[in-house]
Amino acid sequence: MPEPILSLSGVCTDIAQYRILHGVDLEVARGGVTMLLGRNGVGKTTTLRTIMGHWRARAGTIRLHGRDIIAAPTAAIARAGVGYVPEGMGIFSDLTVEENMVLAAVSGPLDRMRLERIFEAFPPLRTFWRSPAGTLSGGQKQMLSIARAMAEERRLYLIDEPTKGLAPAIVSTMAAALRNLKRQGASILMVEQNFAVARALGDTAAVMDDGRVVWTGAMADLAGDTALQERLMGLRMEGA
Amino acid sequence: MIVHLLAGDRPRSAALALILTAILVSLAFAPFLFPGTRSLETAARICIFIVLVASYDLLLGYTGIVSFAHTMFFGLGAYGVALGCEHIGRSFPALGAGALAGAFAAVALALVIGLFSLRVRAIFFAMITLAVASAFAVLVSQFSGLTGGEDGLNYSIPRALTPALTIVEGELFGTRLNGKLLNYYLVFFSALILFLLLLRIVNSPFGSVLKAIRENDFRAEAVGYRVVRYRIAATCISAAAASLAGSLFAIWLRYVGPDTVLSFEIMLDILLMVVIGGMGTMYGAVIGATLFVLAQNYLQTLMSGASEATAGLFLLPDLLNSDRWLLWLGVLFILSVYFFPDGVVGRLRRSR
Repeated sequence: MPEPILSLSGVCTDIAQYRILHGVDLEVARGGVTMLLGRNGVGKTTTLRTIMGHWRARAGTIRLHGRDIIAAPTAAIARAGVGYVPEGMGIFSDLTVEENMVLAAVSGPLDRMRLERIFEAFPPLRTFWRSPAGTLSGGQKQMLSIARAMAEERRLYLIDEPTKGLAPAIVSTMAAALRNLKRQGASILMVEQNFAVARALGDTAAVMDDGRVVWTGAMADLAGDTALQERLMGLRMEGA
Repeated sequence: MIVHLLAGDRPRSAALALILTAILVSLAFAPFLFPGTRSLETAARICIFIVLVASYDLLLGYTGIVSFAHTMFFGLGAYGVALGCEHIGRSFPALGAGALAGAFAAVALALVIGLFSLRVRAIFFAMITLAVASAFAVLVSQFSGLTGGEDGLNYSIPRALTPALTIVEGELFGTRLNGKLLNYYLVFFSALILFLLLLRIVNSPFGSVLKAIRENDFRAEAVGYRVVRYRIAATCISAAAASLAGSLFAIWLRYVGPDTVLSFEIMLDILLMVVIGGMGTMYGAVIGATLFVLAQNYLQTLMSGASEATAGLFLLPDLLNSDRWLLWLGVLFILSVYFFPDGVVGRLRRSR
């Protein structure tokens, strides 16, 4: 089995005096999409933020491409090739769409060919190229957020709930863009509550509960087993 | 050409463009449009404060850093020129060396303060700058052998920049063509260049990173930018520009003293000018500095006239007594914040 692009082993994270992650073990396969699932408040977003170094892990190891990054500064983790799409349309609303994209290309000028591909996936970004990002609609902001992560070749994408709160038509656009990213061989770790999207994109799934990964396996196995879904997440997933 | 000079940062409001042009033309021809020592003093002060306020806006408005040490950097530049002229002599190399030494000291100090305190929370940085600035002001008044203490320093600047030099005999539009005029244009063009430079910095990719940091520092870090390094760089650039503004002030005044260049009152004035003009818009510095300096210099005269005009009325002449100008300046500030919460520039841009 090839070495995973990202592996977490026994990762514990505290926020203030509370322990949120109680020893997370997780692997993201190279060129695959791993879905991080679970009920609200079980530590999915904290796991992504811990990988990015926003919250510092108290224990455990985090290896990116074989290198331990547990103590690395956030910027160094990003420059090592991690494209992070935070929860809640994490864009810079005071900057224009163009400035957001230029800023996202940290290792050099924005590649025109790549930009054209982004415009094909998200046409509104071309229309509002010179507009302040703060004036975009919710769906357009989320498009920009994902487009920013796609501004450069990344080793790994960390995507936190990309379809949360979006209209169905925008969810389809988003899912199509992510499917395209997957086809290009990207390695992705994604938190997603929309099970139809998760099932369509995910190769493997990791289900979290109470700050731990309690089940890992093929996405198809989870999608096809409603009893397992109920046991792990307390509900049958819509769209399954 | 103009858009290129403005680094692509258009005023984005016809009214704002008109006001900025009016200010630029008035300052460019101030010696001839408004002859007289007092108006020339006011015009030079406006030029210098535009740079000082713009450099502070780079910190507060563009990077979201609150600092109370800005007058210290201003003072370093001013004392640099004063000491240069004292010890090297009244020459242009002395002015240049003094200004450069002041700017170098300001950058070095900003670097040290930044390295020690920009990693911590914003409020601690603000407190540290307040402490360092207070300590610096005390040091300047204590080291009277070097700095002249509370009395400050009077020094000579090159003759070419003083009224002693006559360029052409006679007057033009009521203004004598002498070294003082040259001195004014040295201040005007230096301020213009420094302002355009600051405008270019905030509109560069570096400026975009600063704005991103102001909005959400973790997000900026997660994109790949070392926030602390950018904050330190912004602090150093801002300190250098403030120091050069201080050098211009020292060249213009031919005097430096703690009250003139280091007082906390100037720090408050800078804050007011940034807020009145509009934070995070370099043009706000132009409008804020112009309005504030004009009010500081002419509100008393205006009120004295108004007080005389309303002599027979009840209470009004007393309220408009010129001794109460600070009260009215305060009222004007409250009104401007109430009606222009995002500054004059923000308001003009919204209502276009």
